[in-house]
Formats: sequence, C-alpha cells, structure tokens
Amino acid sequence: MTTENNPQTNNPSPQITPTPLPRKAKQDRAPENDPGLWRMGRKSFFSFSAWLAFFGFIGISTIGSLRMMFPRILFEPSKKFKVGLPEEFLIGEVSEKFIDKGVWIIREQGGFYALIAICTHLGCAPRWLPTENKFKCACHGSGYYKNGINFEGPTPRPLERAAIGLADNGELEVDLSLKFKYELGDWVKEDSFYNYVA
Amino acid sequence: MISPMQKFRESEVYKSIFRHKYDDTQRNRALQIVDNVFLHLHPVRIPRHATNVGFTWGMGGITFLLFLILTLTGVILMFYYRPTAQYAYEDMKYLMNDVAFGPFVRNMHRWAAHLMVITVMLHMFRVFLTGSYKPPRQFNWVIGVILLVLTFLLSFTGYLLPWDQLSIWAVTVGTNMARATPLLGHDGPFGLELGMKIDNDIRFVLLGGTQVGPPTLLRFYVGHCIFLPLIASIFMVVHFWRIRKDGGISGPDTTKKTF
Ligand code: HEM
Ligand code: FES
Repeated sequence: MTTENNPQTNNPSPQITPTPLPRKAKQDRAPENDPGLWRMGRKSFFSFSAWLAFFGFIGISTIGSLRMMFPRILFEPSKKFKVGLPEEFLIGEVSEKFIDKGVWIIREQGGFYALIAICTHLGCAPRWLPTENKFKCACHGSGYYKNGINFEGPTPRPLERAAIGLADNGELEVDLSLKFKYELGDWVKEDSFYNYVA
Repeated sequence: MISPMQKFRESEVYKSIFRHKYDDTQRNRALQIVDNVFLHLHPVRIPRHATNVGFTWGMGGITFLLFLILTLTGVILMFYYRPTAQYAYEDMKYLMNDVAFGPFVRNMHRWAAHLMVITVMLHMFRVFLTGSYKPPRQFNWVIGVILLVLTFLLSFTGYLLPWDQLSIWAVTVGTNMARATPLLGHDGPFGLELGMKIDNDIRFVLLGGTQVGPPTLLRFYVGHCIFLPLIASIFMVVHFWRIRKDGGISGPDTTKKTF
C-alpha cells in the first residue's frame, strides 16, 4: 500500500467524505425502548385515549344522571306564607289554622312564635292536646310543653321554631325554611319571636 | 308399542332443544345440567354433605325462591298499580276488593317479602355459625352483605307503595335518618361544612323533594320494581357463581373427628 493512494495524506485539500452516521431508524414507529417525547408509545397512546374516552363518558354520564336527580322546580307548598292579622289570634291560644302547612302559631302576652309540627324524634306529626296542654306524638310517645320544650318520650330535643314576622300588608308571615333550634340558642334570635303587644 | 312421549324424545324437535339423549346414563345426567342455561351454574356433582339440610338449612336457596316468587307476583301487581299519588292508594284498594285473585297475589307478595327478610338473615346466621365466611369464601360474604342491604332496601321501598298513612309515616321516619348521614346529610357530621341543605343532600335524592310526596312515590316505585331487583339479580348471579369458584358449598371439617 503506497502513500500516494491515500487522499487523506497526499491531497492538500482533501475531499470531505464524512464517515456515514449509523442509519436512523424509520420514524413511523417508536424505536425499541424509546419512550418518545410523551414517554408513551403509539399503541399505549391509543389505549390511553380509548380508556380516557371511556371513563370520560362514564364520568360525565354519571354526573349528568346525578344532576338529573335534583329537579329545578319542586311542586311543594311554598315555605313562606301569610297567616292573618295579629289581632286574629287570642293570647294563650295554640292556633291550628295552618296545621296543614305543618305549623302552629302561638300567641303569648309578649308576642308570637311559630312551632314546626314535626316531631324532633323521627319526624312524625305530633298533635296539640288542649285538655292536657301539650303536644303529643303518636309514633313513639314524645311529648312537648306548649312552648315546644320536650318533657317525655324518646325525643332528644325541643320542637323547632319557624321564622315569624310582619309582612308589608300588616299580616303575620311564617317562613318554614328558616328554622330556630332551642338547643343551639336560636330562640333569642330575631325572627324566632315576633314582639307584639296589643 | 312406542309411546308418544318416547316418540317425541326421539324426534328432531326434542334433540334440537335439549341436544342430548334422554336415557338414564351418567353422561346424559351431566349434560342435563351442563347443557341448560338455567342449571349450568349449579355443579353437576355435589358432595354428600351438601344435601344435608341440617348444615345449610337451605336458607340461601329458600331466599332465592322467595325472590323469584316476589318477581313473579310483583309483575302481576304492576298490571293494576299506578305509582302516582292520585291513584296508588285507590289501585291498592281496587286490587284488594275488586280484582279476581287480587288479595291473593298481593298477600303472596307481602308475605314473601316479609319472609325473605327473615330467611336472608337466617342464611347469614347459618353462614356465620358454620364458619363458611372464612377463606376462601370471604369475598362471597361481602357480596352477601350487599345482598342483605339490597333485600332491606327492596323491603323499605315496597313499603311506601300502598301510599296509606302507615307507609307514608314509616318512610318519613325512615328517610329522616338519612338527614344524619355523615358528609352527605344536612344534619350529619360535616354536612353543614360541605354545604348540605335540606334541598341538596342525600335525603333529597331519595325523596325527590324536601318531604315525602308524589316524587318520592315515583322514585321508590322505580327503585322497587326496576333498579333494585336488577342490581340484586346481578349480585345473586355473582354470589352463586362464587360458591362454585370458592370450591363449592362448604362442609363439616372432615379432618376433625368431632363430627
Ligand atoms: C338475596 C339474598 C341471598 C341469596 C338469594 C343467597 C343465596 C345463597 C345460596 C343459594 C347459597 C348456597 C348455600 C345455601 O343455600 O346456604 C348461598 C351461600 C352463601 N351465602 Fe348467600 N344468599 C343471600 C344473602 C347472603 C348474605 C346476607 C350473606 C352473608 C352476609 C351470604 C353469604 C353466603 C356465603 C358466604 C355462602 C357460601 C356458604 C358455603 O359455602 O357454605 N349470602 N347463598
Ligand atoms: S317520631 Fe315522634 S315520637 Fe318518634
């Protein structure tokens, strides 16, 4: 082997023929063990997308179905209603005029309170027994004084009061959605009692 | 002379339906079970102790039988019962007074329902007494607990459907307990903190309102007649399948001499 034949040593400006790089693998498939930009092969990506679509569908359907369980409109009697002028009630009386709405209206010397006619034991409907001067529940025998405080039977707490106040037209108005619990000290709060002296 | 029945069993029709011969051979006996979609969940052979009523009381089987009776009588009742506040009570009265066999079918449904609650508890009791909840049967016990709850829910939802004072107040009392559900009830622990109110908590979902009313009747009806039986059926299939997969019905411990 002569040196003339070697272009690298003989030629002052040798022709550059770089040694060919190892051939790149075809790019339509991730090279073996190369997780790619997203660290995920093509098939795993499809699999992932399919599962995402599947669980997305299930998830959204579930949320939609759950939302459907909450109707926008309820066909229930209004929680807020007028019950008449204050003068229409007698002092000391437990008025059952609005018992169909689930409330007793009681007038005392100093004003009014409204007791919700739902037993605080497990939710039956107690009755007002005028002769015994108490509220009595038929379900398990709970009894309450006229002021709603419990004194017999299994119930753990007094009856609840609803909000009572004066409407624009001078009538009393009861709001059953606002509740006042004695055991939480609510009975001194505004609207749990309407001060009225004739 | 060859009897008409025999002739039928030789016929193309018989063979196309049952796919095996009729003569009493070991093979045909096995095929009778294996080739039948309704029976194939049952093993072809069972150990001798599995026929011992004193061990299983047959309570699971009786519970299943009652479930079938309830499904059948329930479907018949559905022909007369409309789940709306306007008609429900009237339809129940109509069934009891003016429909031929109405009281019979309704009472069958009612008695079977009461019985099923009792037998499912007795079944659980015997599984406990025989220690059949132990490995490898722990998972079937779990499925059993789900079936127990489903049975109670079926009973509870059905109780509202007559729509009389008893059912309305019983369900009022029953669903009031849902107020106190942890996290999801407006009177329960952390309910208030999670924004639960009377018109968005778990009880509201059950009732379809803030009190027991016409939407409650409809919800309970759909739950009672479609949703719960469907779910219960699925779990029963798994329950029965698991008995075989867990090594068949359990039996007395033969390694001990105490039996
Ligand atoms: C809808 C209610 C249920 C049905 C229809 C049902 C049906 C059955 C049947 C037919 C068997 C075969 C053995 C037998 O009859 O005792 C069985 C076994 C079993 N059941 Fe239930 N079952 C119900 C509820 C329960 C409950 C509430 C539990 C316990 C929490 C339970 C736990 C088991 C277990 C662990 C076995 C396997 C027992 C063994 O291998 O000895 N099942 N069930
Ligand atoms: S619900 Fe009134 S005493 Fe139980």
